Amino acid sequence: MIEIRGLIKAFGSRPILKGIDLDVAEGEFLTLVGPNGAGKTTLMNIIATLSQPTAGQVRVAGYDLHDDAIEVRRHIGLVSHKTLLYDDLSADQNLRFYARLYDLPRPQARIETMLRQVGLWGHQRDPVRTFSRGMQQRLAIARALLHDPPVLLLDEPDTGLDQHATARLNHLLDQATTASHTVLMTTHNLERGLAWGDRVAILAGGRIAYQARRPDLDIEALRAQYDLHVTGG
Amino acid sequence: MSYLRKVLAIVIKDVSAELRTREMVSSMLVFSLLVILIFNFAFDLRADNQRTLAPGVLWVAIAFSGMLGLSRSFIVEKDRGSIEGLLLAPMDRSAIFLGKMLGNVLFMVAIEIIILPVFVVLFNLSAGDLLPLAGIMVLGTIGFAGVGTLFSAMVVHTRAREVLLPVLLFPVVIPVMLSAVRLTAAVLDGLPMAEMQNWLSLLIAFDAIFFALSFILFDFVMEE
Repeated sequence: MIEIRGLIKAFGSRPILKGIDLDVAEGEFLTLVGPNGAGKTTLMNIIATLSQPTAGQVRVAGYDLHDDAIEVRRHIGLVSHKTLLYDDLSADQNLRFYARLYDLPRPQARIETMLRQVGLWGHQRDPVRTFSRGMQQRLAIARALLHDPPVLLLDEPDTGLDQHATARLNHLLDQATTASHTVLMTTHNLERGLAWGDRVAILAGGRIAYQARRPDLDIEALRAQYDLHVTGG
Repeated sequence: MSYLRKVLAIVIKDVSAELRTREMVSSMLVFSLLVILIFNFAFDLRADNQRTLAPGVLWVAIAFSGMLGLSRSFIVEKDRGSIEGLLLAPMDRSAIFLGKMLGNVLFMVAIEIIILPVFVVLFNLSAGDLLPLAGIMVLGTIGFAGVGTLFSAMVVHTRAREVLLPVLLFPVVIPVMLSAVRLTAAVLDGLPMAEMQNWLSLLIAFDAIFFALSFILFDFVMEE
């Protein structure tokens, strides 16, 4: 579902991604772990068409990022630490706006379904600025899933959330991401990366330094690999 | 149709957000009224120089208050991170330009609807001038907002964006401002349509050129 070949990204003369080769199969949940500054968000932004690669090829749902960017966007939903919501609009107005951008048929029914799913039905007329950070992030998930994209990109979605809100977010993502979704999630939390992914990859030094399937990996082994590739120890 | 629905969605979103806060339009309105009032009193206008100064005063008020709106157009999207939501949508990015530009034109026209009668009263102009002046204001606003929306998107990633926007925009919109001021003067002087034709053609031509260039260049501007 996601195919990345020889992906290079440099900002000026500073290389961030130095040749990424990565595949995420249909229905697979891949977590990408790495330290701050490893290029996780840069990689996500490129897959989401928010940033242009310097070199290499990316295909999402069979569509080439360069030639079919609009189709790529139609097939992805992005949840990041930024909610991509409008504070001055209500939850309902935000989702209605995105429903129009995604050409959703019968948007009102879908909006109600999504708001109920994220536990915000009853707050649909409240301005987003009155929501707590946890509520805003739940609405961001509703926004990302509104058009039922087959590919979900989760870029450290729990950043800035307290423990309770994180637990609720995790539960919600667990419910919302079904087997039909292909998910690529970035995190710097090894435990969460291992708990969630069918496969875990370590991004370090601008490359995929290590990857393994979950049944073959425990937290100690992952930590050892992480230390080896990230801290050099 | 799908493209136009998305353009309309962006316009509706911007208008809805503004109706909730009324921050931008109220600032633009107060600022433009203050400009007209200050010029009116500062020049201590006498009957013989009113018509000479009035066109310039009107367009200074429109340009500077319009700048307030344009500078907020993309900064609000960028600061709240919602610009990425627009960029993620499955549509040609020119739809974002068109939606934001139409929103800016709407906000500026809303201000002009209020300041034009005030301007006519303060400068002792004829009520018969209202209609042709309104037409010139709309044409001038389209040219100003078209290129202004593009520049607003260009400077949004820079640090001194509020300062940079007027520095970049005003030299570029000189042809629009010049034509609009000349046409306004011609209307106030009661010149026949034939004598305004050159300036009117120039204003329409610059509107078309600025709009076409901004429409084409917007996709490149939004790339990082």
